[in-house]
Amino acid sequence: MQSRELVIIGAGPAGLSAAVEARRLGIKDVLVIDREPEPGGILKQCIHTGFGLHVFNEELTGPEYAERFIREAENLGVEIMLDTMVIELSADKRIVAVNNREGLMEIQAKAIILAMGCRERTRGAINIPGFRPAGIFTAGTAQRFVNIEGYMPGREIVILGSGDIGLIMARRLTLEGAKVKCVVEIMPYSNGLTRNIVQCLEDYDIPLLLKHTVVNIHGRKRVEGVTIAEVDENMKPIMSTAKFVPCDTLLLSVGLIPENELSRMAEITIDEATGGPVVNQRMETSVPGIFACGNVLHVHDLVDYVTREAELAARGAASYLADGGKKYEYVPVSTGSGLRYVLPQRINADAMTDSRQNFFMRSVRPMNKARLIIESEKGVIKSKAMRHVKPSEMISIQLGRDEVIGIKMLRFSLQEEGDGVERDG
Amino acid sequence: MADVVIIGGGVVGCMIARELSRYQLKIVLLEKEDDVASGTSKANSAIIHAGYDAKPGTLKAKLNVRGNPLFDKICSELDVPFKRIGSLVVALTDEELKALDELLERGKINGVPGLEIINRERLFKMEPNINKEAKAALYAPTAGIICPYELTIALAENACQNGVEIRLNSPVVDIKVENERMLSVITPGEIIHTRYVVNAAGLFADEISKMAGAEEYSITPRKGEYLIFDRRFGGIVSKVIFPTPTKISKGILVCPTVDGNFFIGPNSNDVQEKDDVAVTQKGIEEIVNGARRLVPDLPMRHVIASFAGLRAVSNTDDFVIEASKKVKGFVNVGGIQSPGLSSAPAIAEMVIEILKEEGLELKVKSDYNPERPQIFKFRHLSSEEKKELIRQKPAYGRVICRCETVTEGEIIDAIRRPVGARSLDAVKRRTRAGMGRCQGGFCSPRVVEILARELGISPLEVTKCGYGSEILKGRTKEFIETGGVAGAK
Repeated sequence: MQSRELVIIGAGPAGLSAAVEARRLGIKDVLVIDREPEPGGILKQCIHTGFGLHVFNEELTGPEYAERFIREAENLGVEIMLDTMVIELSADKRIVAVNNREGLMEIQAKAIILAMGCRERTRGAINIPGFRPAGIFTAGTAQRFVNIEGYMPGREIVILGSGDIGLIMARRLTLEGAKVKCVVEIMPYSNGLTRNIVQCLEDYDIPLLLKHTVVNIHGRKRVEGVTIAEVDENMKPIMSTAKFVPCDTLLLSVGLIPENELSRMAEITIDEATGGPVVNQRMETSVPGIFACGNVLHVHDLVDYVTREAELAARGAASYLADGGKKYEYVPVSTGSGLRYVLPQRINADAMTDSRQNFFMRSVRPMNKARLIIESEKGVIKSKAMRHVKPSEMISIQLGRDEVIGIKMLRFSLQEEGDGVERDG
Repeated sequence: MADVVIIGGGVVGCMIARELSRYQLKIVLLEKEDDVASGTSKANSAIIHAGYDAKPGTLKAKLNVRGNPLFDKICSELDVPFKRIGSLVVALTDEELKALDELLERGKINGVPGLEIINRERLFKMEPNINKEAKAALYAPTAGIICPYELTIALAENACQNGVEIRLNSPVVDIKVENERMLSVITPGEIIHTRYVVNAAGLFADEISKMAGAEEYSITPRKGEYLIFDRRFGGIVSKVIFPTPTKISKGILVCPTVDGNFFIGPNSNDVQEKDDVAVTQKGIEEIVNGARRLVPDLPMRHVIASFAGLRAVSNTDDFVIEASKKVKGFVNVGGIQSPGLSSAPAIAEMVIEILKEEGLELKVKSDYNPERPQIFKFRHLSSEEKKELIRQKPAYGRVICRCETVTEGEIIDAIRRPVGARSLDAVKRRTRAGMGRCQGGFCSPRVVEILARELGISPLEVTKCGYGSEILKGRTKEFIETGGVAGAK
């Protein structure tokens, strides 16, 4: 059994950012474990630009963004153990990891930061009828084949779902000479960032079919085509609108799911709305001394926010290591109408590591004009007008310590403004 | 010159091959797909039935009841997981209650041990998630669950070790008969002279029988669709949960799998084509509604895959297991629908008796080995065993499939074993890599790489399930050079 001060599980943007911050804060022994042979996580395959606008005030590619943190981690003496899989995690912060060099390792950590990222929703999760031939890929798997392995998953492609990875892949595959026939989205609005709709679809004349879905997959051995159809208000396909689209490949970009199998093993409380752990103001889970950040906590649309959140988790871990796990009382943060979730889910103003606390949330539906309202038991403590709110674009707002000190509850809600009618999501 | 050619590498063909491999015979097994267990044997309810369901006096009833107790020994010899978890037929109405009594009676006539009708209290104690309207259930303690393709693969491996020649990608295109005796079986690659043919061709057994000029019967494909759920919810039921059966089907069930998941299904619809394994929207709704009658609260957000399988239903409504009277040496083993898997060991015994009666001489081999080569499943080993295995074979320390914790060592072994994996699906069936909640999203590129390396082929040649199902279409830049899709050849 090895003893380590801070173990970070995952060397993607969250894990690397947390490691760098932890070292800067003076934690001497920082070990990062990652299952891949190279650090950087999913950024390794994100060769498009758009990373780093907030953190570096520059537009970097994914590998470039990762590279900055990898180099910084190396300079600061962070130990990164690669090609190593954590297979067990317990609430007493014991880790079992395995690789083909050291074999099976048991590690006792004083503090742990979870940064395992997320996985893609699959065909099974959305129950697309039809055959099960070759040629059905999640967008991220296709991205890996193209950008890392150097292979094309197909020539004539239909993309189901307008998540960001799907949009990015529509452009990428087009640039590689494939024909992307359309992107099909079941919702009446896109699930990707507006800039990706413009730069990845509109610029290449790739049609985005809203309120449509794939109702059948054809082909015994390889995809030969898909049937797409419009859906009604209840998202049920209208079969009279069904039409066959010949293609050899179907890409799925239908959502991401935080990978919390290890968290569940450690009996960490999971928030059904985010799919990730319930955390406090310093990104600490329900198990003291285990922190979480990045896509394992909730799915982000910008890596810059992941870095900021990971740094907060590192400060949390540092304060935990310093205060030895002092017990705090928490104020619940609840999600009101118009919002799908708010994070962190509970706070203690006295234990805030920063003078201002970031809150992240997502709306339940797009709203042109809306007002974000923050209430305590005493009434509204803050409100903010917002424009062009979309579920795919995370909302972030800060509260100062002075605004939350002494309160007994916090409640966030989002009210649509303009048409005077409030619809409940 | 072969003594026996077995047509079909499903559970029945492979079980017969293994049983015959005890004797001094030259046996060839022909399978048209790129792996054994590629048809009905890979997509069914994976249950070893107790045997109360079939009509007394039928082969189905007799062979099911005879086959069930044979599984303990076979599975322990082959190191295949088998769990005798028991089954419950749940009655929700007074009418169904009466049907339970009939089933119990039928089971007694068929000779099924341990059957009893249990009351609500006992039922809810056994299965707290069952519909609260349940009135009683028929409990059959001898029913079990198994992984049907794992069993089939293990049988094929063991048969192969004991000298059976297994030819994959070998569809039978013609059968030659001379003077009403078997002469040869022809595949695209060879002509195999043989004295005996066992027709275990599943859905295609009618066509094979016709090809040989033997007795005519027809096989109708009857589709069953399934949904399989995340392992996290595997504990929703602990036993095989059936509704009270109807005339045509045992109904839509809720059932744990031997790997810790659970599934719902199957429905039962006749289809036109013998390769129509498409899942339908209607079918999914049908099985969800059916399963909700048994377990109202299903975690629908945690479905990980849907699939469909085809039952090989004969027009005789029973198994067709007999020596042809028209072609000497040709034995039909057709119409093996449920309880075919449960009956498979007894079917093999019966076929060997038939072959003996038909004049096949059976001399026992001295070196027959009933055990297949040792197989390591990393996720099931203790810490000490894991450490030791990695020390000896470091590839077992590299996890490739994170959802099911499958290591590189297991994937390499699956490729190198007898009847080794040649495709992504074949690796999946042998190791579970790609069978978890991410459905191969993370591991499939790595499995493609390992298959290409081990087989000495390009990743472009790696398939999902044999020729025509290549995973990748080309190198990057390749389509640009040929002018993209418009100018592509």
